Amino acid sequence: MALIEVQDLTKKYMMGEVEVRALRGVSLDIQEGEMVAIMGPSGSGKSTLMNVLGCLDQPTAGTYRLDGVDVSSLDDDALARIRNQKIGFVFQTFNLLPRTSALANVELPMVYAGRSNGKQRALDALAAVGLSERAHHEPTQLSGGEQQRVAIARALVNEPSIILADEPTGNLDSKAGAEIMAIFHQLHRDRGQTVIMVTHDPEIADQAQRIIRLHDGRIENDGPAQEVSA
Amino acid sequence: MNLRESLRTALTSLFSNRLRSFLTMLGIIIGVAAVISLMSIGKGVETSITDRLTSMGTNLLFISPGATSQSGVRGAQGSASTLTYEDALALEDPVLAPSVVAVAPEANTFGQVVYSGNNINTRVVGVTPEYEYVRNMPVAEGSFITSQNISARSNVAVLGADVAAALFEGEDPIDKSIRINNVNVRVIGVLEAKGGTAFGLTDDQILVPLTTMQARLSSAGQFRGGSSITQISVQIVNAKAKDQAIAEISAILRDRHSVLYEDDFTITSQEDVIEASTEIAGILTVFLGGIAAISLLVGGIGIMNIMLVSVTERTREIGIRKAVGARKRDILAQFLTEATLLSLTGGIVGILVGVGISRLIGGVSVFGGNEIRAVVGADSVLLATLFSIAVGLFFGIFPAQRAADLRPIEALRYE
Repeated sequence: MALIEVQDLTKKYMMGEVEVRALRGVSLDIQEGEMVAIMGPSGSGKSTLMNVLGCLDQPTAGTYRLDGVDVSSLDDDALARIRNQKIGFVFQTFNLLPRTSALANVELPMVYAGRSNGKQRALDALAAVGLSERAHHEPTQLSGGEQQRVAIARALVNEPSIILADEPTGNLDSKAGAEIMAIFHQLHRDRGQTVIMVTHDPEIADQAQRIIRLHDGRIENDGPAQEVSA
Repeated sequence: MNLRESLRTALTSLFSNRLRSFLTMLGIIIGVAAVISLMSIGKGVETSITDRLTSMGTNLLFISPGATSQSGVRGAQGSASTLTYEDALALEDPVLAPSVVAVAPEANTFGQVVYSGNNINTRVVGVTPEYEYVRNMPVAEGSFITSQNISARSNVAVLGADVAAALFEGEDPIDKSIRINNVNVRVIGVLEAKGGTAFGLTDDQILVPLTTMQARLSSAGQFRGGSSITQISVQIVNAKAKDQAIAEISAILRDRHSVLYEDDFTITSQEDVIEASTEIAGILTVFLGGIAAISLLVGGIGIMNIMLVSVTERTREIGIRKAVGARKRDILAQFLTEATLLSLTGGIVGILVGVGISRLIGGVSVFGGNEIRAVVGADSVLLATLFSIAVGLFFGIFPAQRAADLRPIEALRYE
């Protein structure tokens, strides 16, 4: 059984008076331990797919099974629990809480999970991304690369099934971007972590094992990185 | 998320916006302080009144003469001179009036009082020895009027504290001779100073024997062969015996005055007066409290306003929290905790400020010649605390609901 099983996923939403069909029947499987890049031009539906995969949004039709659980029929609280336990987000704009230390930011998912030994786990997660000595700095005192590393530590701390990264290097210079990608590779290689990245940067996508290319809400191409990018 | 985490999250967020938190609390601080101080002042007035009234003596009935009636026109209460000294003596009857403990008749006039160069105009009251304890008017020095003074119609006087000070300016007044309406009178005592009462300033009067008054100092008329007096104060056994005593006294006086239709006297109880006065003070307290409550309401709306702004401003934060697994009720709890903490802290600070203000006002304000002791009651503190928590919850619920209902993707996209 695949970690992610998506069947005929469609998503429509109203933008003012106009109906937008962001996804028009997407089917895909992602196995545990894969490193996948989702690519496509803007408007191709990759953000919508990412939101559905991340349980931030519900599909209009179709099924989505995560770890064997049919997510498409769950209510808001159950979705929040899945986001908390099974998914770690890394955003383009980092999305750290302002005026809050790196440590407290990393602890945040555990606050909602009701874990008790949160502080030690948060420190371990910060150590894993090489930021132990910056634990008590606030986001404004950190560089972009450091902020993104805090965000990765936050995504890791509840040991999720998937890490979902939305343009993780989009706001970083190439050096910091390379560092972030190195962390993803390390997590994938050493821990067998499933990583799904949304990007429009072919150089980033080429570092994945598999590339899913979307166009107009449909999968245009899906295969190993070497074939698809070619 | 448990309560401790909610508190910690709320405190962190309030502390990272110190100025905004303080400004939000200000409305509640002012409202609660106003409620506490205004209510304590109202309470203070109330206790002042009760204290003054009981300082006149306790369990008292006052009998005053009825009104005259000429050609069908009724005159003012007390305009007739229907009460006599003999009426007063008749009330001291253990068989017909067992509820009566003591009777103190008095006759009032105004007199010109002179000592060396000092000349004042004041109230002169003819009294009997019973007056001292029935009306609770002990002497500070010297002695009170005795029954020998009454029978001998002695030319002696007991001075109110203000009168003594005005006439003698620090000199010892005892055994000095003063002139009242051109009659030489020897001072035998000075009353303790009492401040104002609801029945006039008792420090500004001179007491003389009732018989001396009637014989030499005033031209008080006669009524049915007796010498008329202004008022009789009656002390009764206890407050419960009030109605019984009124019945006994009325029976005696009706018999003596041959009343057929309408009583020619009026009996008022001290309790009635206290009740009426505290009722007025109570209305005052409620009125002041009501005004203050409006400012508390405005403070609550202030909290709602700031919380709404804060929800908009922190849309992204809410989105982040939801993305990492916060449920609706977690967000609701966080914003409600923040609102309640703000209003509770504001309430506590407001109580402290209110107590301070009432101390300050209590120290400078004066009522009837006496300072008001502002009383901060436990009830008003409790009320203010509960009310401020309620304000926080009530006005916090709408913004918190709004925050909790935000969709995570939209909240995350918000700039």
